[in-house]
This record gives sequence, C-alpha cells and structure tokens, in this order.
Amino acid sequence: MLRAGLSAAARPTLSRPATTLAADFAKVTKRPTTKYGGVYTVTLIPGDGIGAEITDSVKEIFEHVNAPIEWEQYDVSGMSSSGEALFKQAMDSLKRNRGSCSPRSPSRGHISWNVAMRQQLDIYASVVLCKSLPGFPTRHSNVDFAIIRENTEGEYSGLEHQSYPGVVESLKVSTRAKAERISRFAFDFALKNNRKKVTCVHKANIMKLGDGLFLNTFRRVAEEYKSHGIEFNDMIVDNTFVLPSALKFRLTPQFRSMQLVAKPGQFDVMVMPNLYGAIVSNIGAALVGGPGIVPGCNIGSEYALFEPGCRHVASDIMGTNRANPTAMILSATMLLRHLGLDPVANQIATATFDVINSGKVRTADMGGSATTSDFTSAIIKSL
Amino acid sequence: MLSRPFAGIARAPTAFRRYASAASTAAFAGKKDSNGNYTVTLIPGDGIGPEISQSIKDIYTAAAVPIQWEEVSVTPILKGGKTVIPDAAINSVKKNTVALKGPLATPIGKGHVSLNLTLRRTFNLFANVRPCVSIQGFKTPYDDVNTVLIRENTEGEYSGIEHEIVDGVVQSIKLITWEASERVARYAFNYAETSGRKRVTAVHKANIMKMSDGMFLSACREVSKEFPGVSYDEDLLDRVCLQIVQNPKPFSDRVMVMPNLYGDILSDMCAGLIGGLGLTPSGNIGRVRCVHFRGRSRLSSGHCRHVTTSINFRRCADSRAGKGLANPTALLLSSLMMLRHMNLFDHAEKIEKAALTTIAEGKFITGDLGGKASTTEYTNAIIEKLK
Repeated sequence: MLRAGLSAAARPTLSRPATTLAADFAKVTKRPTTKYGGVYTVTLIPGDGIGAEITDSVKEIFEHVNAPIEWEQYDVSGMSSSGEALFKQAMDSLKRNRGSCSPRSPSRGHISWNVAMRQQLDIYASVVLCKSLPGFPTRHSNVDFAIIRENTEGEYSGLEHQSYPGVVESLKVSTRAKAERISRFAFDFALKNNRKKVTCVHKANIMKLGDGLFLNTFRRVAEEYKSHGIEFNDMIVDNTFVLPSALKFRLTPQFRSMQLVAKPGQFDVMVMPNLYGAIVSNIGAALVGGPGIVPGCNIGSEYALFEPGCRHVASDIMGTNRANPTAMILSATMLLRHLGLDPVANQIATATFDVINSGKVRTADMGGSATTSDFTSAIIKSL
Repeated sequence: MLSRPFAGIARAPTAFRRYASAASTAAFAGKKDSNGNYTVTLIPGDGIGPEISQSIKDIYTAAAVPIQWEEVSVTPILKGGKTVIPDAAINSVKKNTVALKGPLATPIGKGHVSLNLTLRRTFNLFANVRPCVSIQGFKTPYDDVNTVLIRENTEGEYSGIEHEIVDGVVQSIKLITWEASERVARYAFNYAETSGRKRVTAVHKANIMKMSDGMFLSACREVSKEFPGVSYDEDLLDRVCLQIVQNPKPFSDRVMVMPNLYGDILSDMCAGLIGGLGLTPSGNIGRVRCVHFRGRSRLSSGHCRHVTTSINFRRCADSRAGKGLANPTALLLSSLMMLRHMNLFDHAEKIEKAALTTIAEGKFITGDLGGKASTTEYTNAIIEKLK
C-alpha cells in the first residue's frame, strides 16, 4: 500500500477521466495466480434476486471482448440456510483466487453471507463511486464523490443478545486499529486518485466514545497526510444529508458558515463506519440515478470483492429481464483494473457509457424500455 | 403536494393531515388560569434561540393566543458531580406539561451528555414526530415532499451506554426493549389513525441486526393487529433512503416509524429535501403528561444541534446571533404543533396561514430562503397578515 505516498508535487496533475469511473487502489502485491496463458480465475457468486441476470450480462460481455478471465461460479443464496457447505466452498474458491464478483445476497434466519464473507476474509474497505453520468441528467448534477466504508466491525459486529425477555442489546464495536486502517485507506485512495479532500462522517456528538474513537483516529491519520496537500474535515452524519439536496440552492452565507457546501465538489472522499456507509451509499446512488448504475468494490488486505455499490437484491423485478446491469458491468471493469487489465476495462467502460450517453437503449430504471439483454447487446455492439 | 400542506381540516375525521395529533397516549390535560390562559414553558435555547423565541412571542400576542409563557433556562448546573438541568426548569415543565424549546448546542466528542438527550430522558419523551412538507415559494429540487416520520427517542443507538474495554476497543450498546418499541409503535398507529395517513411503514435494518431490530419489528407487528384500519408494512433503511431521495412522493400516504438513529438520519435527510431544518418543525411526545416541542432549526437559525465542531458553533453563533437575521419558521411551525396538541386548532390554522402566505409571497423572507428581510421584518409581515 502506498503509505508513504508521493509528495504533492510528484503526483500527476491529470484530472480524473470524465467518462470512466476509474479508481486506483492499492493493488495486491503478489500477482494473483493465473492459469496457463495468463488467464485469471475469478470466483463468481451471482447471488439472489436480479443477480443471475446482471452477472450473465457481465459474462457475455467478457466473452465478447475475450477477457482473460475464467469464472468459478458458486450459486450461494442468502434465501435459504442450506447453502452452508456451498458457502464454504465459495469461500475456499475466493481464498484461492483472491478476487470475486458478487452481487447482493440477502439473508434470512442465519448470519448474513455478505457480512460473514467480509469478516472472514477481512475485506475491510468498501468503495462506492457516485458520479453523475454524462447523458443522464437527474435532479442533481456534478455529483462526484467516493464513499469509503469500514466493512468489518461497528454495528455489523453481529453480537446481539437478549439480556432479559424484551431487552435486547446489540453491540457496536469500534477499534482504533480498524479506524486507523480505513482512514489510511481513504487517504491513500485520495492520493492515488487525485482527490483533494477526505471527509469523515460520524455521530460522535452522541456516541462520544465509539464514534469519538473513529473521529480522533481519523484526525490523527489526517495529520500525517497534511504534507501531501490533502484536506480533511468531518461532519455529523445527519448534517451530511442536508448537503446533497442543498447543492442546487443559492449559496447563502448560512450554507457556507455551516461548511456544508461551498461548491458541489465539497464532498470528494468520504470515510465512515459501517452503518452510515449503508445509508450514505444509497443516498449517493439516488443522487446520480439509482442503484442500477453505481459500481462498488470491497478491498481487503488479501482479497477483493466486486459488487454493485448499493447492495440491493431487487427481488421485485427478479427474472423479468428488466434489471439494469450497468453497476455490475462497471464493478466488473473495476475488477479488471484491479488485475491490471486496464485496456479491456476501459474498452468495456467506454462502451457502457456510450450506450447510456446516446440514450437510445436504456433499462426501465433509467426511463427506457429496453430489457437487460437489449442493453447488453447494445454494449456488445458498441464494442 | 396538497394544496394546503400544513392545514388539514383539523378536527374532522377526514383531515388530510396535521402536525401532532393528540393521541390517546399523550392527551393534553392542561387547565386555564384565572385569566383564561394556559401556561407554557419556554426554553429559548442557545445562539439565535432568544431572537426566534421573541418572534414567536410577538406573533402569539398579535394572534391573541391564550398562552402565558413561563421562560426558563436549561443551562446545565453541577449537582452531586453530575451535570443536570436546573430544578426550576424541570418543575416548570412538569407543572405545565407543555414546553416550547429553541435550539440547544451539543458539544462533540467530550464533555457533558447532550442537553437534548437529558431533556428527553428527564421527561421520558419517547416519540419524536418530524413532519416535512415542501413549502410553496421556496424552490428546491424536490417540490413534492410530504413525509411524517416518528422516531423512538429514548434508547437504541443513543442509549449512551458505552465503554472502552481495552485501549483502542470501544463497545457501544444499542439497546432495544419491547416496552419502548411497542410504545412508539402504538403512538405511530394512533397518529396514523387520527391524521388520515392510513399506513404505517416500519423502517429497519433487521437483515443485519436480527435480534434488536427484529424485536422492534415484532413489536410493530403486534401493535398493528390492534389497528385494523391502518395498513402496515416494513422496509429496509437503505431502500427507504434510496427511494425518498429518488422520489419522495409515494411517501406522502404513510407514517414511518423507526428506532432512534435511523430516525435521526432519515428525518434530517427529509428536511434536507425541502431546504433544510429552518423549515421543519418537530415535536417530542411523552406518555404520561409531558409534551415538549422544539424548533429544530439548523440552516437559518440554530445549527446548534448540528455543527461539526464547537469552534464552528461559536463562529456560527457569532455571525448569526444578535444580528436579527435568523429564520424563526421552524420554531413557529413547532409551536403550531403544540397549539394543535392543546386543541387550539383555530389559532394554529390562522397563524400557519399567515406564515405560509408570507413565505409564498416572498417579499419579507429571511436570508436563508433567499430574501433580505430581518427576523423582525418577517415577524411583522406575519403579524400584518393576522390582522
């Protein structure tokens, strides 16, 4: 990981590409195992709901561009608890391949596979990129921020007990070590992706010890990155939400005095504990046009997991061929970049953005009438 | 948006909607004094609090509302090593059962327990009602917001139970009890029944917090059986956030009920949709006899509950307080919730109409709404309309 970082002057001054959601992460130090001919094996977990449809779309596109990826598919489902053995197999596969592509699995009656996977493999950082897409205007324009979320502790510790009938305690565990790790990840991310500012989102006014620890650790880490010219600030989680809708307002002194918005670019990189991440990523998705277009990935010290930024199952449109595979496709391009296959990734991303920008073929959630397969073939054609 | 969002034909059973119906859990039982006035405790609060409270007082005098204010300070004092609210304030609220509160500052990360939290605990104000309606004359990207959110106010993530187990490992406890969940659920259903929004949606995260949020949901389900006239469903917090920001309209037919933290975040998010906390009222309801309303005013006025650092707060207080530029609308709308709770419907309606017309006309609006008027000019414009 680029901990020491480059000096601000040495960093490239290129701005982020306009049409790709390129994100540079600390790449795995060891090259992942490849098969003969440089083919990477990647674990694929289609998941539940629309998962199968949108991963099919990715598979088709990858096949078309001849991406050097071999899938090892595991149909783990969160809907039944019978998949325990399969889940273990999938985990083994993941450990072998160090990378996976997986949309959301919901969970019922047993520990959430998503949470279990992240905790067991220590996939600690979730990254969601919210960026307004060219050619697809929403109520808000010029949104461009990255949400970085701690993935392994906090409210999702899974520690709950009934201490007395009718009295349940749920433990939120916050540790300095993990707060420090995610803060560093956020600053490294900002450095590598040429972002200027990191905002810590918290609720330390109420959870003085728990979120207080997170915030104080963040501030300490931030000091170390000062020399790289990365700004930082912090914001109470509920304060944060006044911002997005306030983007379009006249910028009155009140706004400025609250440090909420001086310009839409106020939010650049946001880092936060687990639960707030779930909320902020969904709001972010809503700002740019819905969960169907927001990609995301989860990065750990050894493994990486790529999935749509908002983990929705969308069971309501399951099997109807109406789902928007954009988020999954873009997440898959992040996977390709993670493996160092940037040219293929750019090719696919550009084709996807072109299709969206031309506005002819769009799925229902973007106001069109195209099916998932229509959209996929449009991308393939554009390739 | 309804044509008259805040109004509602208050007493008729077919009322569209009104702020804080007096549910059976907390009916108002105050008595008039010898002059025919009800006594209400007034906590002006910090920062711009005193200015906006004055504005409310002036408007109430002009509208001849039968209310006698009893002003108290809640600046904490040290008592037996603990920071507590002065007895005078507590006794006043206990006696009057109704209070109006301006914004209070909460220091971050250290120091005494939040005053707001202390107030809620002291008077056991278990339900926080947060209506959000788009205001005509103030354009935002959303003009069809009409949500009502009821938040459990006494436990959950804000239980305040935290400890550092070893250096660098902190455990915060989210406490959910059946009693509190059932109590707030009942209030929500009651509210739904009397306000004409015949649907209650419980917002949760039980996919992750299976036991705690799970119990909150079972409590809601249990209570829903007692209200056959109100439909009930459940939705995940993530989904609700997503849907409201994408399109808030479908949420205008229901009351949302949820545990503490989710309610805090979601209600402020809704406020953000309509242009900030300067326009959103809020009421806190207790079971037995204490009802307590406060203006949550961030944008224009208070930001006090919401500033990120204490330095920030000082700055905001310095720049806003004392200059007479604050927007008293949130506190005014909160006070109207209070009037309706006290069954003073006619007065509430009259003042509400005057205030909303003033904003819609846009001649005398405060800086945060894009106008140039001072607090006094805005207040006088409303008073003019009352005549």
